[in-house]
Amino acid sequence: MKVELESRIVEGPEVVGVEPALDLQGKALPAVQPGAYSRTVTLMPRAELERRMVKGPDGVEFEVEPLRDYYCEAGPTVMPAAYLKIVEDLFNWARSRSIWILGFGTGCGAIEMRPLMTPRFDAYRFGIQWRPTPRQANLFVISGYLSVKTLKRAIRCYEQMQNPKYVVGLGSCTINGGMYWDSYNTIKRLDDYLPVDVYIAGCMPRPEALLQGFEDLKKLIRAGKAEGANQYAERFDWYKANQKQIIHDWDMPDYNW
Amino acid sequence: MPFDWMKIPYALLTLFIVFNFGMLLNALIQKIGARVGRRYGVPIWQNYADLIKNYGLRSSITHGVMYYLGPVFRLTGGVGLLLFVPTIYGSEMFSNLSFAGDLILALYFVFFGTLGMALGAGESGHPNAAIGITRGLSQVTAAELPFALAVFSVALQYQTFSITDIVAVQQAGFTSWTLFTNPLAVAAAMLSFLGSMMRPPFDVVLAPQEIPIGPPTEYHSSYLALMQTNRAIFPIAKIVLYMSLFFGGAASWPVFFLKVFAIYMVSVLVGVAFPRFRVEQSIRWFLIWAVPLGVLSIVLV
Amino acid sequence: MRELYARLKERCALGELTQQRPNLGFVTLPREQLRQALTHLRDSEGYTHLVLLTAVDWLEDGQFQLTYLLSHRTQGRDFGLRVLIPRMDAEMDSIHDLWPTAATYQRELREMFGIQFPGSPGVNDDFILEGWTGMPPYRRDFDTKRFSEENYNHRPGRETRDPTTYMKQQLYPGGL
Repeated sequence: MKVELESRIVEGPEVVGVEPALDLQGKALPAVQPGAYSRTVTLMPRAELERRMVKGPDGVEFEVEPLRDYYCEAGPTVMPAAYLKIVEDLFNWARSRSIWILGFGTGCGAIEMRPLMTPRFDAYRFGIQWRPTPRQANLFVISGYLSVKTLKRAIRCYEQMQNPKYVVGLGSCTINGGMYWDSYNTIKRLDDYLPVDVYIAGCMPRPEALLQGFEDLKKLIRAGKAEGANQYAERFDWYKANQKQIIHDWDMPDYNW
Repeated sequence: MPFDWMKIPYALLTLFIVFNFGMLLNALIQKIGARVGRRYGVPIWQNYADLIKNYGLRSSITHGVMYYLGPVFRLTGGVGLLLFVPTIYGSEMFSNLSFAGDLILALYFVFFGTLGMALGAGESGHPNAAIGITRGLSQVTAAELPFALAVFSVALQYQTFSITDIVAVQQAGFTSWTLFTNPLAVAAAMLSFLGSMMRPPFDVVLAPQEIPIGPPTEYHSSYLALMQTNRAIFPIAKIVLYMSLFFGGAASWPVFFLKVFAIYMVSVLVGVAFPRFRVEQSIRWFLIWAVPLGVLSIVLV
Repeated sequence: MRELYARLKERCALGELTQQRPNLGFVTLPREQLRQALTHLRDSEGYTHLVLLTAVDWLEDGQFQLTYLLSHRTQGRDFGLRVLIPRMDAEMDSIHDLWPTAATYQRELREMFGIQFPGSPGVNDDFILEGWTGMPPYRRDFDTKRFSEENYNHRPGRETRDPTTYMKQQLYPGGL
């Protein structure tokens, strides 16, 4: 992947053919002059991603291009299920009984997960627990609205999780934008960017609804239908195109495992 | 000494029993901890589900040879410790590979897993893992110091490095246990025990809320499953060592289960009652309270 | 608050005092005297805490209003200074040397309103909107709904109801 280092003039809003904006009293606001807010934006990649010379411990200098040399460019692959059906069934049973959630609260809905650890709801008895690192987690709960900035981190985390992995969209915001449906910075359809297994509707859904959602996810896993990771690998290009369409400063490798 | 090949299946049998006992005991301990917090707690077979799931994950990533060897070393530490300590005293089947100088070897195995982990976690390249292992090694070293002192005190007391012989002396009855004949050494060793069981108040290195879980940050799938297997075996093996040295050993499986559970409960009771120490606090605590006890026990012997 | 206003008026050309609460007042002053007033309030009057620095877009007047809210920690009083700057090519003097936290506020204002603060450390770094190249979204002539519809995929089937009429229908199906 190449990071483009360029400087360009960004035009102000286009005003041709657009109705004049109205203020609260219905009065027409002064039209905006084209180019009034023009400013020069320099898209600078992060310093640690720039090509640079590195001196090794043996004194030899060599050039490093971090994105190419420090990361692997291979994309995800479809991982087949176990050869024997009975083994796969056993694995699916274990997966459904041992759901490790990534402790990454992406939005306000994360507050509804805390009660699940308390004596009142106690999700641990269903084999659900929280892990602090994506490497060990199987379930990624997108808890509520996802801004573009968080989406970038969410994608990185999702790609670091290991193959049978599941995504639960929590709250209306993940389904159709919810109350952020006209926001300038939040996505409205989570399943365009990550393969979602279960949606839990509500704003916010109560902890009981969450437990019900996790039970539904368990049924999917037991039936072997929760193959989001393989789906992601199969339609990788489509997901990447969607992601890159809205993440403009893509300064990371395409697949961050 | 001719090698008795029959020892190998016997050793595997010991391993099998201890592994399952450890899995169930760990879940039971978790459940007790949950009940203290008025939660229902995990099912008793939860650890099996976690283990199968982790072995059943389809993908895994390696960061190099040492990264792979880390969990293997750790498991070796657990299994080695178990096999070189006579699990059941006087039983031909379950004395395993114990021999005359095995106490020194056991001490080494207690530390071996942590060292392996340090190399593995270091290679994973994750800064949290490196920080975690630094903290872990400092704490474990501080915790091992009183234990080593206590072990030497016991060895001096009985004039032998063979665990079997030490257990044999303690068979006369309750009063002949090291617990009563050398209480200072036992006290020092039990304080060290609290530190090495990875339970509160000394579990800050592995606690999920701390520098995200420290050394195993990058470990996943089968690597993590290997470490989970060790989590079942290692505490039991360590308790067996304690039981043999200080609490008269076990002559049969029921006594074994009972004593191991009771010794484990010591760390659990302390754990649910006290909040976590920070690393430097726990190091200071070991150096101030446990090490002088150990030194004193050697001096008095 | 009145005494403070009187003392400050000796030094700067102040506008009228707007007293919202007994312990909260706002005053408008010209851009050139802001630094002097802030320094005086911080060093001599005990208003040592910069609570916030925010902007209001007066689109009809073609102006941005910057509000510097200061707090007196021991007396529990807040005092706000307002500065009006022209909306076109908006630019303001940085006050990061008075309060280091101001640099963060100025970074946010640069991103959300497009107000430039020359000399403020890191002011041109991305704050929340990474890689944003269009019009700053907090300007009132930015049409957030249109932007959202153009940029983010929409899921069909969404219904929007007016809460008043909808609840009336629900509660009184036969009409009032």
